[in-house]
Amino acid sequence: MPAGLVSVHLLPLLGTSNLVDRLTFGVGATIVVLGAIGVVISRNPVHAALMLVMTLFGVAVLFVQEGANFLAAVQVIVYAGAIVVLFLFVIMFLGVDREENLAEEPLPLQRPLALGLMVLAIAGLLLLGIGSKWSIGPQSVAGPAAHQPGGDVAALGRSVFTTYLFPFEITAALLVIAVVGAVVLARRLRPPAEESSAGGVGGAAEDVGAAEDEGDDEDDEGIDSTEDMARSVAETVTARGRSDSDGTEAGP
Amino acid sequence: MSVPGAWYLALGAVLFSIGGLGLLVRRNVLVMFMCIELMLNAANLTFVTFARMLNDIGGQALVFFVLVVAAAEVVVGLGLVVAIFRRRRGTTADDLHMMKG
Repeated sequence: MPAGLVSVHLLPLLGTSNLVDRLTFGVGATIVVLGAIGVVISRNPVHAALMLVMTLFGVAVLFVQEGANFLAAVQVIVYAGAIVVLFLFVIMFLGVDREENLAEEPLPLQRPLALGLMVLAIAGLLLLGIGSKWSIGPQSVAGPAAHQPGGDVAALGRSVFTTYLFPFEITAALLVIAVVGAVVLARRLRPPAEESSAGGVGGAAEDVGAAEDEGDDEDDEGIDSTEDMARSVAETVTARGRSDSDGTEAGP
Repeated sequence: MSVPGAWYLALGAVLFSIGGLGLLVRRNVLVMFMCIELMLNAANLTFVTFARMLNDIGGQALVFFVLVVAAAEVVVGLGLVVAIFRRRRGTTADDLHMMKG
């Protein structure tokens, strides 16, 4: 007997969509929890990132089951497609993808305390959920979610562009600020030798002064006389030149 | 919808707690960021569940904003990690002890 025929006959036996819904929830919840545990206990950061992808896909499945189709798509595109890739990019860029030893623990009480706090948090949240009515309040502040013309995408779009228009515009400013902040943070400071050659008109005294200021920041051990200072400035400038040709920063 | 919303809320609580546990016990800054993402996802799941239970699209709109804020947070946080790694050659949280006042 073909397998398709069996499943056609079995579907009514399995009952309603009730069981299918519960099965979907069970599979999604299992994926989510296993992925989350994998993020916490994996020794390699790359494995942790892949486990994070697994959790995000599980959450996307649950979003679909709750009728939030647009958010499920955005979850996969933005989280799994952009944020995790950014994580992996930084891991590879820094070269920190080695295994770390999780057995060594500098603070002896940290793990038991953290586990206790976690159990306490779960118990407290579940007890609060059981004991009190959380899902109350005025209904449909921003419009109903279910059975809208155009589905959840249109309903979400109407809500974002009417009720939540001002927060939506604020997020634009937030993203610009984040981009500017990332550029400023990841910028490599130009060494003073390059500045003097690029500046051209600036006098030699100004360049020495600038190099002196930077030199005071970095190596301020035992500078007594002006000759020492001049020598340390010269050393700093040559070190900067070397490091510039190497393409690496001169560490303190 | 046959699956009760309470199940989703319980799953959100469990996911949030696992993320918080990872944030407390791990020392790699990148993994700590991933645990923050887990906690944000737990909050998102709870928002979507309440949007369904209360039949209010506002919960889904909030998830939209949480996604934007999470993206901005990750960008700035990873920029910080790169900037720190240039000076310190390490990405564990213990390497940042020079920031204490």
